[in-house]
Amino acid sequence: MTFTNKTFGRRGVLLGMTASALALAAGRADALTTAQAKSLIDRVVGDINRVINSGKAESAMFRDFEGIFERYADVPTIARSTLGPPARSASQDQLNRYSKAFTGYLARKYGRRFREFIGGEVAVTNARQVKSFQEVQAVATLRGIDPFRISFMVSDRSGSDRFFDMLIEGISLLKAERAEVGALLDANGRDIDRLINALNRAG
Amino acid sequence: MPAETALRTEDLRHLLTYARAASVLAFLGLAACSVPSEPTDAHDPYEPLNRATHGLNTGVDRVVLRPVSQVYGTVVPDPLRRGIDNASSNLGAPSDAVNKLLQGSVEDAAGNLFRFLINSTVGVFGFFDPATAIGIEAKETGFSDTLAIWGAEEGAYLVLPFLGPSTERDAAGLVVDALTDPIGAFVDEGDDAVTGAAIATAVNGRFEFTETIDSVLYDSADSYVQMRLFYLESRRFDLGGGQAAAAVTDLYEDIYSDLYE
Repeated sequence: MTFTNKTFGRRGVLLGMTASALALAAGRADALTTAQAKSLIDRVVGDINRVINSGKAESAMFRDFEGIFERYADVPTIARSTLGPPARSASQDQLNRYSKAFTGYLARKYGRRFREFIGGEVAVTNARQVKSFQEVQAVATLRGIDPFRISFMVSDRSGSDRFFDMLIEGISLLKAERAEVGALLDANGRDIDRLINALNRAG
Repeated sequence: MPAETALRTEDLRHLLTYARAASVLAFLGLAACSVPSEPTDAHDPYEPLNRATHGLNTGVDRVVLRPVSQVYGTVVPDPLRRGIDNASSNLGAPSDAVNKLLQGSVEDAAGNLFRFLINSTVGVFGFFDPATAIGIEAKETGFSDTLAIWGAEEGAYLVLPFLGPSTERDAAGLVVDALTDPIGAFVDEGDDAVTGAAIATAVNGRFEFTETIDSVLYDSADSYVQMRLFYLESRRFDLGGGQAAAAVTDLYEDIYSDLYE
């Protein structure tokens, strides 16, 4: 923690203790810091760069991307959020099956897009606190197109540090998929089991 | 052509007429902007009409734009396509410079003007982009950005025939851009060059992003909603200087409080 930094002196230590006490009082002793969020996304980006420059077959890369997503993203929260209000009336079994179907659908849909990343590079540029979460900004430099900005939204409220949304040039994957799942749900008579079947075929 | 290239009083009169027409249109456009109940999400009171236009545009894409872009991308070599994209961007540079000035960014305005001078000469009519190579990057903009910076409301979401997603504010900006383009006003056949290059650039963009655009238009359960979301979020992101829009971050508080509190 930065509180031990000598330049802060004794006042810094006191402030630090007060801050810790406040954090404890709020029940958030380990509130996610910007530095922690950045280090998480540094690992994500490091893994992505290793995959896109590994020279593996595309199908092997897609599996690697799915692995990165499962390791670093808050999949249950993303899945539940995309389901929206119907998640409240769904059974636990339905939620589990939905979460599994949604993850496979995401991997197929976005895995193919990662083809465009092959031979490129992603670099973390900045991190900042926004409300109760952290935003880590990165720039993707790919062959043949202008560099574009990616933001990872990180939270520890699931119990571990995970990213729960990815914004590409300001377009939220979470919001896009909420809209998409909502439309799929409507197209399937708002029946979660039929939605799960549709997701297993989609992407 | 030689005797006509000099600026004549008649041209000036045309220019003034354009400028007046443009400001009237912009004013009408702004006055007509409908204001959303809150500055979040999509304000879409014309949804039924917009959906019909979206259907038309998707049909045009399926039958004309997509097939043409596949031929263009396959037949025309990559360096040539890039050159035409560069030339199109270069033709927009004077307009970019004027708008940057209107937005109060003197430095960007000067940069755009300097780019235009270098790329039009050393860059062979803008076909090459030596300006970027020496570190003067394009700051592309338009009157819709100027309107936003002047504080105009975004207005309702619109889908324009053939042009695609827009808003009342952005559409007003487009009209002004079309009517006041310096190239079209000062150079003979300038309008044709601008239009031709812009169409080639749009076709090339359709080719370069084939998979992404196909996936949105043809693989989503509701392509209309996806397009609206993509357009509004990326537009707000650009205008907000690269910060996620409030409509996006507001959602985040809800998803965790629903689950963990």
